[in-house]
Amino acid sequence: MGVLQQGLSAFTRKHGLGVACFIGLSVFVWVVFLIVLPQLSMLDFSFRYNLPRAEVGGPADVYTLDNYAYFFQGNDGTFNALDIGILVKTMVAAVIVTVIDIAICYPIAFILAHSATGVAARLMVIGLIVPFWVNEILRAFAFRVLFGATGLVNSIGLSAGFWDVPIDFIRADVALYSGLVYAYILLMIFPIFNAVEALDRNQIEAARDMGASWWRVHWRVVLPIAKPGIVSGATMVFMLTAGALAAPQILGGPSNLWFTQLIYQWFNESANWQRGSAYAVVLLVVCISFVMMLMRVFKVSIGEIGR
Amino acid sequence: MTTKDIKLDHVSIRFGAFTAVDNAHLTIKGGEFFSFLGPSGCGKTTLLRCVSGFTEPSEGTVSIGGKDMRGVGPNKRPTALIFQNLALFPLMSVAENIAFPLEVRGVGRKERRKKADELLDMIALPGVGDKKVHELSGGQRQRVAIARALAVEPDILLLDEPLSALDLKLRHHMRTELRAIQQRVGLTFIYITHDQGEALTMSDRIAVMNAGVIEQIGDPETIYNKPKTAFVASFVGETNAISGKVTSQSDGIVSVQTPLGVLKGTAAGGRHYKAGDECFVFVRPEQLGLVGAPGAIQSMDNQLTVQAVKEEFEGNARHLFLNAQGQDLRLSRTNLGGVSDHLAGQAVQVGFAADQAIVLPHGSLAGA
Repeated sequence: MGVLQQGLSAFTRKHGLGVACFIGLSVFVWVVFLIVLPQLSMLDFSFRYNLPRAEVGGPADVYTLDNYAYFFQGNDGTFNALDIGILVKTMVAAVIVTVIDIAICYPIAFILAHSATGVAARLMVIGLIVPFWVNEILRAFAFRVLFGATGLVNSIGLSAGFWDVPIDFIRADVALYSGLVYAYILLMIFPIFNAVEALDRNQIEAARDMGASWWRVHWRVVLPIAKPGIVSGATMVFMLTAGALAAPQILGGPSNLWFTQLIYQWFNESANWQRGSAYAVVLLVVCISFVMMLMRVFKVSIGEIGR
Repeated sequence: MTTKDIKLDHVSIRFGAFTAVDNAHLTIKGGEFFSFLGPSGCGKTTLLRCVSGFTEPSEGTVSIGGKDMRGVGPNKRPTALIFQNLALFPLMSVAENIAFPLEVRGVGRKERRKKADELLDMIALPGVGDKKVHELSGGQRQRVAIARALAVEPDILLLDEPLSALDLKLRHHMRTELRAIQQRVGLTFIYITHDQGEALTMSDRIAVMNAGVIEQIGDPETIYNKPKTAFVASFVGETNAISGKVTSQSDGIVSVQTPLGVLKGTAAGGRHYKAGDECFVFVRPEQLGLVGAPGAIQSMDNQLTVQAVKEEFEGNARHLFLNAQGQDLRLSRTNLGGVSDHLAGQAVQVGFAADQAIVLPHGSLAGA
């Protein structure tokens, strides 16, 4: 507490009382009103029954684990294979999307940081950022058009003779994966770029001079430097992919439900906010635990991500 | 001991319209400590990168041990380059750094560690193998970089201003150390520096470079005492350059008409001047003496009356800044103790011997 007080008074002395009050107040509003309170009310919701409006606050409005029990056991008290299956599938898909993003973004970030110069580098950055001016829904539909039965990819493939019958990319989830991979590409490129940019070019040349192959230069010299960036990008991409709604809604195959769609259904179609909240909390807890576990496996501390 | 001569055969390196190295032609003998000395931007680093294989010559050939190196990558040449900032890998331990070239060659973990420990003994840093690079001091890192370069037993070690990041004391210490290591391992060292002190103290031979051109190649004493061009005379060591025109020459002693009167100097390298040739008379500050001072130079063929402007005390020496008809001169005296004679502001008589002054044709001087 003493340290905090010292920090606060030092900050006030340096920037003046006005700035200190503004920063303090805005951080307070942001953390308390925009993060903590809504989440707490969600948490509160998730432990209550879905009661008719008249009974809310009445004697029947008590805390219960019913919503969580439903996620695990379903209606009949057995194993809720359907919902748990969807959660597992969502997590696996999010992992795949994250891995593909790493594979695509690491080379781009490396080239951006170390090979591209001047105009080429600026064009690359513009080329990466500008497409994101198009909003998410429109972009998702564009992917649908691209991968549809009569879409660009199929017409090129058919006319070039790569395949004879239109491929159903939507059902095969190719459109969904492409859309998700593309949607979060910037969140992966820039953290990696940040990390790799700090690498001294001489180290690469030194390694080359000592006879290291490109593969080894990257494995031993560049990747260790890029690791915090990769982890930081990967956590963001993973969390956002697991929590994505628009892309799965628009690009997902008919047989493939994303866990967020399930939550959405509870909230909107079944008008059961309590159960929806419980499902959302389950998703949050599972995602955070998964990320923490991976960070331990790859020996990255939370501090490194913040850099 | 492997001895491999490095031959630069009329090597030119151009980047677009810019000529970084212009017609470098020399042979560096195996086992030699050879320095390229020049101001920044003179092309010395480019030349080094050319020997190491990171840059290909635009014209001419680089051959090592009689073998043409064109198209041979840096990893395939018998050279190891030590970068200006050392380029040690920050996330590896010291031993991993040193053993990295061995790791690349597929040497097993145990053997790598053994070799790294041997090399650490050699550079007198036993037991630091498990430390991280940032835990070492500047001088220790320097030695680790050398150990890493030596790990694959190259024939030639290329050093790109490796001491420039160190403080003065350490730099002086590392000069001795580097020279000792070179003599111990018997490798060819090619050393790049803009610090004449480093080049003079360590090298067997020095090539002085200016604007892409090698101006002179020679051993340190020749470079310092018998410069061949105005640039070399003014870049290596302190000197006074007095511009003038030749009036006559007899027996290697040249008379030069300068704003300070007629001065006599030695024609460098048995050169013959015609009357009217534009030239410089170079006199080093330590060769300029006060007339009549105890222990002064006996035969002062040239004597001048000048104004003493100020005096600077540098511990081991006193520097006297003089002005003679607008020409700045500098005189240095070894400090033998005693007190300053407070010459600043007075008119003093100074002089120098004709055989200690060098007359060289006009040419570019090193920037002050």
